[in-house]
Amino acid sequence: MIAIKLAYRNLVGAGLRTWLNVIVLAFVLFMIIWHYGILDGWNEQANRDMKAWEVGNGQYWQENYDPYDFFTLEESHAKIPEALKKATNDGIVTPILINQGSIYPEGRIQSMLLKGITPDQNVIVLPSEELNVESEEIPVIIGRRMAKSCKLQEGDVTTIRWRDINGTFDATEVKIVKVFNCDVPNVDQGQIWIHIEKLQEMMQAYGEATMFIIGEDFEMNETVSGWEYKDFDFLMTEMNEMMKMKKVGGSFMYVILMLLAMLAIFDTQVLSIFRRQKEIGTYIAMGMTRAQVVSLFTVEGAMHAILAVIFIGIFGTPLLIWLMSIGMTMPAGSDDMGIAIAETIYPVYGAGLIIGTSLLIFVITLIVSYLPARKISKMKPTDAIKGKIQ
Amino acid sequence: MEQSSIITIKELIKRFPVGKGEFTALNGINLAFNTGEFAGIVGPSGSGKTTLLNIIGSLDTATEGKAVVMGQSTGDLTTKGAAKLRRKHLGFIFQTYNLLPVYTVYENVEFPLLLLQMSDSERRKAINDALEWVGLTDKIKSRPAQLSGGECQRVAIARAMVKKPEIVLADEPTANLDAANSHNILKMMLKLNEELKTTFIFATHDDKVIKYLKRKISLEDGKVVKDEIIKIKGD
Ligand SMILES: Nc1ncnc2c1ncn2[C@@H]1O[C@H](COP(=O)(O)OP(=O)(O)O)[C@@H](O)[C@H]1O
Ligand SMILES: [Mg+2]
Repeated sequence: MIAIKLAYRNLVGAGLRTWLNVIVLAFVLFMIIWHYGILDGWNEQANRDMKAWEVGNGQYWQENYDPYDFFTLEESHAKIPEALKKATNDGIVTPILINQGSIYPEGRIQSMLLKGITPDQNVIVLPSEELNVESEEIPVIIGRRMAKSCKLQEGDVTTIRWRDINGTFDATEVKIVKVFNCDVPNVDQGQIWIHIEKLQEMMQAYGEATMFIIGEDFEMNETVSGWEYKDFDFLMTEMNEMMKMKKVGGSFMYVILMLLAMLAIFDTQVLSIFRRQKEIGTYIAMGMTRAQVVSLFTVEGAMHAILAVIFIGIFGTPLLIWLMSIGMTMPAGSDDMGIAIAETIYPVYGAGLIIGTSLLIFVITLIVSYLPARKISKMKPTDAIKGKIQ
Repeated sequence: MEQSSIITIKELIKRFPVGKGEFTALNGINLAFNTGEFAGIVGPSGSGKTTLLNIIGSLDTATEGKAVVMGQSTGDLTTKGAAKLRRKHLGFIFQTYNLLPVYTVYENVEFPLLLLQMSDSERRKAINDALEWVGLTDKIKSRPAQLSGGECQRVAIARAMVKKPEIVLADEPTANLDAANSHNILKMMLKLNEELKTTFIFATHDDKVIKYLKRKISLEDGKVVKDEIIKIKGD
């Protein structure tokens, strides 16, 4: 208790250097909280959007379906199984048929996926109802990224080519009836959405689907033979892994920043123990044990972290709240990373993040302060009083 | 002297390692101090005054012989035990004042009391008393850098005296002070010695100090060469 009181007096008495250290530490703390807040916010947003746009509450995959291998698409569709018929008709699950194809925007060839969906489905928020239009060409909808990469706009007509289940190539004109805005690359990039019945007809795969997306309240007890159930967590694995990697990757910078801050504190400690030998000797003469003096200097160093936390509490909180309200506009091009990313990410600062980071910084500062302070216990008080140790 | 000695030193030898050999700084000291003495260890520079004071103050240990302070043989104390002895019974005054620079006068004087269990009101009263003894009640908020040398040494006296220790050890307390200030602080200490029966032991070669001593122990090359009681105190 007394160590804290004395340490505070010494630290505040030391003036500028203390505040420099505190500010550096506070800056590191702030950056970590803010950056991980952004990542957490991004993670939440991506989870929300992926659930709404892509993965629903889980999916059934035709047993051959492999989203990473487009060449298996030819074998990965099958008739809608009996077990899922009722749910399909009730609109609780919605079938998706996927085929490989190519598109010819401005005469260039580009491969893509054709995805068939029921226009009236309500399982995902994809604006499939836009497919319910009369048009000479087949109506299709695409996402913003797809429109950009193919330089297509609403109303444009372009050629697509595909193979039916017999391997025969065919081509037709399609009309972009809607370009939708979506943060989830998996429903946007390199694909066009088309009425499922139209696609079944084009592929000659009547009544077939590649997978089903499950809506909110669907519970299935029996296994569906020939189809594999993929739960929400499984479908989010890749996304979660990527987020984890981003966190680890980002932490590298903070390790370096931390190192610099700790170096500054270490240096301050070494210098202060060197310069304050006389003071240390005086403490001992007045009856402090060496252990008490060591802990005094340790607490003094560790108090940098406490002051930094208080500093952040006072000056950082409004800033963090403000940053949370305006969000962070992601730089153009950052949406090519394959993770669902909104234009603006709103950071989320969890209690775990704030407390964890503060505690981590405190513990590290404590250790860094203790290491040089240990030297005190080896000092001879008679020499320390004169301040003549080298 | 007799059995009521507050400090007893017997056959004390202190050697310092110097290079490959040793240097004998104190060579067979025998001394005893009674409660309430106002004594000085006097001798030229290098005669061993500081070394002797440090051993009495349990900041250093004897190579041979022993020093018994408040009934405790300092050589047998653990560092913790020595710290406790200093904390409770000893006050130190240094040539260079050794005030804590970031603390105010009040906080400097408060420091030794923070190391002792004491209620807030008791502590406040003790600090105010001590500052009154040295006449610094109007400077309690000042920091050492804002004080003159004389004022600093008065703060140091208040700090040494605030816990009313049995023994005060003062190593060349006037060496950095002018004559007026030297006389001033010595009168203060003499008064405290008489009022509180605190035992004062000085290490000095300053005639201004010697003038006030009631007992003068002369040290030369680590040996006591003279030990005299002085009847008439100077003024
Ligand atoms: N730590 C030490 N190591 C070696 N020699 C020392 C040490 N401390 C004191 N001495 C020597 O012991 C002698 C007495 O020193 P000191 O007690 O400081 O004398 P005084 O205080 O009378 O001037 C001196 O010659 C000094 O050089
Ligand atoms: Mg000396």
